[in-house]
Amino acid sequence: MSGFLQIGLTHFLVLSAILFGLGLLTVATRRNAVAILMGVELILNAAALNFVAFSTYVQGLVTGQVFALFIIVLAAAEAAIALAIVLSIFRHFHSIDANDTSTLRD
Amino acid sequence: MISLLAALPPGAIFFYFLATVVVLSAVGVAIAPNILYSAFALLGTLAGVAGLYLYMGADFLGIAQLLIYVGGILVLILFAVLLTNRIGEMNITNLSAGLIVGAPAAVAVIALLIKMALGTAWPVTEVVVAPTTQRLGDAFLREYLMPFEIASLVLLMALVGAMVIARRAAKEGNKKRVVATEIGK
Repeated sequence: MSGFLQIGLTHFLVLSAILFGLGLLTVATRRNAVAILMGVELILNAAALNFVAFSTYVQGLVTGQVFALFIIVLAAAEAAIALAIVLSIFRHFHSIDANDTSTLRD
Repeated sequence: MISLLAALPPGAIFFYFLATVVVLSAVGVAIAPNILYSAFALLGTLAGVAGLYLYMGADFLGIAQLLIYVGGILVLILFAVLLTNRIGEMNITNLSAGLIVGAPAAVAVIALLIKMALGTAWPVTEVVVAPTTQRLGDAFLREYLMPFEIASLVLLMALVGAMVIARRAAKEGNKKRVVATEIGK
């Protein structure tokens, strides 16, 4: 019981595993391009949480936080580009359903 | 119930509260029927993760997460949702397909990761909580100077690129539409 009460590395790993799985579920099942992007953000957050947890509980340094900050920067860049592409797709196809935008496959 | 709460150390109560917020709102992102509700549920997840960073003593990172994710990326996503959905058909474009296949796969991945997290003997050290801003600045301007500079370049390119993509679409939208319909025929 004391291991359950004492918050440690394992708690964060389990939480981040759940977050990652839910992000995966979002990416796999949603057909709306913006919703798929939200799933990617969930996955990135799970990864960053793991980085920070490992650097806090295993290493005791700030290296993991540096990586998490880089993840945030790349997520911001990715969101900006992806949303520009989504807007472009919407103007072209009048829909952002991932099933409708299959011109290249046809 | 009250005795259980009293037995918990205050830090544990804080952690379980944040974890509940994060997981519940992540479930909301995954299965909410309306895309707008998903976007607002994402707010809970991102803010909860910021709280967990603060819980681990990562003060600068927690505030940065709040500023950039909640103040920037989430607003951007909300803009995209509102710009690309005609309000009337907001539900239609968000129906989740393949939940029967996706949910067991996600559960399997979660179970595997949890099994690995619980089964491994991690070399845990003593946690030292100290302000991180100075150490982060040192790390960025010494060890990680090159990635730091490249990250600023990436941000600049992403900014310009996003503008170019969005503007070109606005300018040639009509022309492309005609070409697309001709190819379609």
